[in-house]
Amino acid sequence: MAATEKSPVTGAGPFNGVLTWVDQRFPLMQLWRDHLAEYYAPKNFNFWYYFGSLAMLVLVIQIVTGIFLTMHYKPDAAQAFASVEYIMRDVPGGWFIRYMHSTGASAFFIVIYLHMFRGLLYGSYRRPRELVWIFGMLIYLCLMAEAFFGYLLPWGQMSYWGAQVIVNLFDAIPLIGPDLARWIRGDFVVSDATLNRFFAFHVIAIPLVLLGLVAAHIMALHEVGSNNPDGVEIKDRKDPTTGHPLDGIPFHPYYTVKDTLGVAVFLIVFSVILFFMPEFGGYFLEYNNFIPADSLKTPQHIAPVWYFTPYYSILRATTENFMWVLSAGLIAFAVLIAFSARNTRVWIGVAVGTALLLAGFFGIAPKVWGVVLMGASVVIFFFLPWLDRSPVKSIRYKGPLYKVALAIFVVAFFVLGYLGTQPVSDARTVLAQIGTVIYFLFFALMPWYSRMDKTRPVPDRVTR
Amino acid sequence: MITIRKILFALLVIPLVVLAAEEARLDRAPIDGQDLISLQRGAHAFVNYCLGCHSANYMRYNRLEDLGLTEQQIRDNLVFTGVKAGDLMKTAMEPRDAKEWFGTAPPDLTVIARSRSSHAGSGADWIYTYMRGFYRDPSRPTGWNNVVYANVAMPHVLYELQGEQVLKTERVMRPEGYPVDVQKLVLERKGTLTPPEYDRLVADLVNYLDYMAEPASAGRRTAGIYVLLFLGLFWVLAYALKKEFWKDVH
Amino acid sequence: MADQELNRSKRRFLVAATGVAGGVASGAVAVPFVASMLPSERAKAAGAPVEADVGALEPGQMMVVEWRGKPVWILHRTKEMLAAVKSNDDKVADPESKRSDQPKYAANEFRAVKPEYLVVVGICTHLGCSPVDKFRAQPEPFESDWKGGFYCPCHGSLFDLAGRVYKNKPAPDNLPVPPYKFAGDTKIVIGEDGKG
Repeated sequence: MAATEKSPVTGAGPFNGVLTWVDQRFPLMQLWRDHLAEYYAPKNFNFWYYFGSLAMLVLVIQIVTGIFLTMHYKPDAAQAFASVEYIMRDVPGGWFIRYMHSTGASAFFIVIYLHMFRGLLYGSYRRPRELVWIFGMLIYLCLMAEAFFGYLLPWGQMSYWGAQVIVNLFDAIPLIGPDLARWIRGDFVVSDATLNRFFAFHVIAIPLVLLGLVAAHIMALHEVGSNNPDGVEIKDRKDPTTGHPLDGIPFHPYYTVKDTLGVAVFLIVFSVILFFMPEFGGYFLEYNNFIPADSLKTPQHIAPVWYFTPYYSILRATTENFMWVLSAGLIAFAVLIAFSARNTRVWIGVAVGTALLLAGFFGIAPKVWGVVLMGASVVIFFFLPWLDRSPVKSIRYKGPLYKVALAIFVVAFFVLGYLGTQPVSDARTVLAQIGTVIYFLFFALMPWYSRMDKTRPVPDRVTR
Repeated sequence: MITIRKILFALLVIPLVVLAAEEARLDRAPIDGQDLISLQRGAHAFVNYCLGCHSANYMRYNRLEDLGLTEQQIRDNLVFTGVKAGDLMKTAMEPRDAKEWFGTAPPDLTVIARSRSSHAGSGADWIYTYMRGFYRDPSRPTGWNNVVYANVAMPHVLYELQGEQVLKTERVMRPEGYPVDVQKLVLERKGTLTPPEYDRLVADLVNYLDYMAEPASAGRRTAGIYVLLFLGLFWVLAYALKKEFWKDVH
Repeated sequence: MADQELNRSKRRFLVAATGVAGGVASGAVAVPFVASMLPSERAKAAGAPVEADVGALEPGQMMVVEWRGKPVWILHRTKEMLAAVKSNDDKVADPESKRSDQPKYAANEFRAVKPEYLVVVGICTHLGCSPVDKFRAQPEPFESDWKGGFYCPCHGSLFDLAGRVYKNKPAPDNLPVPPYKFAGDTKIVIGEDGKG
């Protein structure tokens, strides 16, 4: 729009004058319209749809509290622990900012897990929203890295040993492992060098990437429009005169107002935790982390923070015995693929791949495969848009197979999570192994059961 | 008639902890974080008995005004000469020396009450049971052992006050019908305080440690009440606003 | 028709009420963040009052004590020095220290609680350099009729033996007098006011 053209800012007055001036040089009103006042979202958003805006709120909370914490925190192994207690005691209001940040970190993961679950319920990852999902998964990966780097900063026993264990995982990579781990640490063990660089990653590197990814995530979403609990594409039914979706309502004011309510409820829960139980039974602030890091003394019981425990369970479940289970599963899966694709090339590919993997399962140490499985358990989410072959998007119209599969998956996820907080025992390892199998089967068998499932007809228009 | 025998009998059989399982069960610390007098007594005990070996490097003396003390009272009763009221509670003992004498440096106690929390009980419960759980053990270099922290390097600093306990094993019949060895702490030699007095002293000390681990905790709870009241009001307004606008949609 | 009208004003009211509540919330939450940038207990402890023992300070001698990161000069003035101060009123820009940064008890001829002890912050009021002592009353290149005082090497400002700045020099004001009091005859506590 040329600077001299009439700007669609109505009304006179100095404020509108400034707006017009800006709008002639920056697409202010266009952005407002495209993303708020005239972004038409489905009118049937339910409880599961609060968590996107809540995630943005928590991101802002973490950044603002993070900035103020950085004013006082010292990223030096000799001073870090003391600087956190300094914030808690000597800085006016410091305890409040610290608890906001620690509660916010756990809140971030609760919100994100619920946000992702919405995607699983309503097929939000399906075409044409695959890229929204991919950006979202990249955000999730960055968030995990951000939490991991941030957790070292208080330099308590859990901080130190948790970082030591996870960086040592890289050690397990064949050939390049030890050098890679040394490069990551900047030292032979986790030390001051490691702390300083983790500080840099946590405070600036990953937040910048996160902000970029969140922008991309929202832009990708707005490009195709939001999904809804019925999985109906509202753009398919437009009002002939206005061109707006019949089942759509402008985001502003309807969802700005509704999300404000969501924020109010969220803040109530957040405040109850922050003011009355910030440690949350040792899950949000771990008790062992009130002991300064001691490189010579490992705590009896190292566990990652609660939001990583499902993946930690999968890592620990991968024992020598489990390699047999994995092999059996691999062979069964190979047979399944071969049967489904009557194609010689696929058969050759599957045979070669299976042979290579089997050789690897018994040639390479199980602890490496534990790391691989742990990574795969996160990465496999990326493939959901292509694993789900159901003709319908939303669970409301899917059949019993998907509902049961999802329910079992959720239970397995919680059980794996719980097991990750407990010390190892034979019985618990078996349970974790079962959980791991269920976890992967949910994804691996999805192309088949999603197609086989009995679906119900999807309505033309959204329901309540 | 109160005979010495009866007194001794009462004193001898004081089962503090029953060690039927591997983990010691923790006693509940009878502390009230709002009892300023108890906290003041605890601060006094801490400075007199603990700061000789342990530091509290993150705690300032003048913060003790939280306990209802004036700066003058703090300076007169709690601060050593040469130390200012705004200083941190450091110990005189060098960590190097401590490591040589005890095998390990005595840990800093500022946040000990938070670090000792577990599913078995709060950190305060742990320390309360610990400080009352020392018993004579000639096999240890210090001559002392502890039911909560096996083979601890710390000697029983307060033995003159509590007296000396020993660990006696007793065979007890379970209701299910089989015998089990139960270990009990028994007071063999009296100290200058009676057991209830000693328990009170430890409770005050633990109360203070609990406060010192998080001095902001009282203020945090008060602020929380106001915040939640306000958020309740905000929720009501936000709900009314949402309902009003969404009339258009339904 | 009337229904719509009611709706509009109700909406305006609710938007305004929620907006105000949100504003109050934002303001309240900003308080701890802004407060966190105020001096912490550590900074306040570091800025705590400092004790100086002047028992061994000979007449004509000066000692320097650090307080809040700044040098505080304690000069044990001789009788000649005090006389020099008296005769310097016409040479200094603010002889009665009307503009000076000093406590009430320093508002006297010698700018001190006890005339023999000058206690001033040794930072030039021009741009912050620390002046050097030139206590001997002798002709100097910067002032032929020099009665003794302080000379700032950075831009040539001059201060007399009561820390008062000379006329026509870059420094605008007299050297500040910090709050201080005597705790006994030979102990000065800098950073704390005494009685009156």
